[in-house]
Amino acid sequence: MTVQTLVEELGWTILTEGDLTKEVTGCYCGDLLSWVMSKAQDGDCWLTVMGNINAVAVAVLTDCACIVLTEHAALDEDAKARAAQQGVTILTTELNAYQAAVALSERL
Amino acid sequence: MESIKLHYDVSADDFTRAGAASGDVKRTLKQLGVSPATTRNVAVAMYEGEINMVIHAGGGEIDVEITEDAIRMVLADHGPGIENVELAMKEGYSTAPDNIRCLGFGAGMGLPNIKKYSDEFKLETELGVGTTLYLTVYMK
Repeated sequence: MTVQTLVEELGWTILTEGDLTKEVTGCYCGDLLSWVMSKAQDGDCWLTVMGNINAVAVAVLTDCACIVLTEHAALDEDAKARAAQQGVTILTTELNAYQAAVALSERL
Repeated sequence: MESIKLHYDVSADDFTRAGAASGDVKRTLKQLGVSPATTRNVAVAMYEGEINMVIHAGGGEIDVEITEDAIRMVLADHGPGIENVELAMKEGYSTAPDNIRCLGFGAGMGLPNIKKYSDEFKLETELGVGTTLYLTVYMK
């Protein structure tokens, strides 16, 4: 499933648009950046409440398919600008990480 | 191939720039056609090193050499040095202050991650003088 399909099927809102044709192959939940850095995989949909510029750096370095800000966690302005510049897709949902992961798991 | 040498200055307390050096190296490796696995190892090790410099050491310098068989990195800072290396190498141990933890750092995974993602790892530290990491990731 591509990020575009995920957005259409789950109705999550796009905050910044990167490569929407990237395949989503898994999911990772976490807010501690070093932990995510070490464990998240290429193609993962990363569920987090961390909407800062460092999260964008982690997304770039891990090649995750997109960041999903759960429970509509705030996205910093500088993070938004950096994500747009680096082509990182950031989505937002009102669901919490558990609910979002369940919804995602049904489609993966 | 000729070896490629890259140099980066990491500024103090600038979290908005942290990740710039590792991001740049990652792009370079990608362009050179280095495998995703090798690229990831370098990116993780270097990013953690960069963040450590910003959080603990008032910045520093990173030198990277890319050769046919490996990527060698030297990360040097003139920070306070590491008091207890054994503890610092332990997963979950962190001396990062609360304001840093709020940014999502301070998981105590920095040095353990660097070691885990490097094939060769050497740490030199002296209190009041600074810390230097010598890291090698082999091409896979």
